[in-house]
Amino acid sequence: MNNVANNLPEEKIGWSREQMAQRTALDIPNGAYVNLGIGIPELVARFVPEGREVIYHTENGLLGMGPVAEDGGEPELINAGKKRISAVPGAAYFHHADSFSMIRGGHLDICVLGAMQVAENGDLANWSTGAPGSIPAVGGAMDLVAGVKTIYVITQHVTKKGYPKLMEHCTFPLTGVGVVSRIYTDLAVIDVTPEGFKVVELAPGVDFDYVQQRTGATLQAPDS
Amino acid sequence: MINKQITSPAEAVKDIFEGATVMIGGFGEAGSPIELIHALIDQGTRNLTVVNNNTGSGHVGLAALIENRQVSKMICSFPRTANSLVFPELYRADEIELELVPQGTLAERIRAGGAGIPAFYTPSSVGTPLADGKEVRQFNGQDYVMEHGLTADFALIKCRQADRLGNLVFNKTARNFAPIMAMAGRKTIAQTRAIVPVGAIDPECVVTPGIFVNGIVEIPDPLHESLLVAEERSYP
Repeated sequence: MNNVANNLPEEKIGWSREQMAQRTALDIPNGAYVNLGIGIPELVARFVPEGREVIYHTENGLLGMGPVAEDGGEPELINAGKKRISAVPGAAYFHHADSFSMIRGGHLDICVLGAMQVAENGDLANWSTGAPGSIPAVGGAMDLVAGVKTIYVITQHVTKKGYPKLMEHCTFPLTGVGVVSRIYTDLAVIDVTPEGFKVVELAPGVDFDYVQQRTGATLQAPDS
Repeated sequence: MINKQITSPAEAVKDIFEGATVMIGGFGEAGSPIELIHALIDQGTRNLTVVNNNTGSGHVGLAALIENRQVSKMICSFPRTANSLVFPELYRADEIELELVPQGTLAERIRAGGAGIPAFYTPSSVGTPLADGKEVRQFNGQDYVMEHGLTADFALIKCRQADRLGNLVFNKTARNFAPIMAMAGRKTIAQTRAIVPVGAIDPECVVTPGIFVNGIVEIPDPLHESLLVAEERSYP
């Protein structure tokens, strides 16, 4: 199932990056403390539905992270992706041991991060391809998946070359075992359940078979 | 009278010896004590083990220290970033050793080292290659990996304000590893934008108490790493 690359058309349908982030934001409840990973997860902060107050954590030492600084920002106020950001009123700065106490100590409600691969049992791989000559870089991912109550993944459904990222077993080195709850891709929202991947919602114009063909594990259909 | 002020970066790093373990504060450029690092480059001390979250960017600061072949081993969590050019090349050529540590484990190892805790158990990295060869123990039905506390011969950090007793206040997300490295370094040197009179810092607002700090150097207008990288500058 891992070589769908060569015989499927390359048309672009489904959700955009912004729409994936917007769909994820719908599932973040009022009052949640949330860590956003690098990449598409960073966009989630833009789409908090009106009437909800959410506190964003960035593991380099800030609770109350605001949007990317529009005035160019300052070099000593950055997020985990080293982008210059702002801090909201009521923000707090702290050192790394405190920051990871929040993470490992179970104080954060949700973490949204990217993935190279997710397995049907919730295993996540997102730090190394394991290829010779590649530079492994783990950052805070292993601490986040070990300590945060709910782990959401935002990712394109397949790799740039068209290979599935959702599979029976991860082939890359793991970040965590059985840690992912829900996956938001450009094609669907998919839950990790004791019975494997279950489609919760399909992107407009995308049908179940289309998603199944691009997935390296058996999908369960959404409840009708 | 206690006075921890040191007159120059060169004087501040003069005790750093060949083969020493040096913790260097900073997350990317935020909190990187670039003047102290450059003084260490001027001094030329080699065979260092450096603890930092990253491996520097461009050809200044930590990256320049590595490029100058003064670092034999890096202990870090994220050795590649957009402008990280020096480390990947040496790593692929097998000319520098890497101990890759999850970021929270790195922080806790440093905190534990500074707090006199030789080892601890953490849930991070269970079931991954980074737990290979390490003791795993169950508590309340859950697996945890044993990790060792980390200390260093020296810690080089950066702060916003200091007094002559070594009480420190930091700036925003530049605080990151500095307070815990100050605890874990046998000799901790802080470069500070300003030295203020004793009593000027509200005791409720002291972040790092002076007991953890051995020396302070005033650098009122420190270099900006990202600016130097954008200008493609290199050090020396």
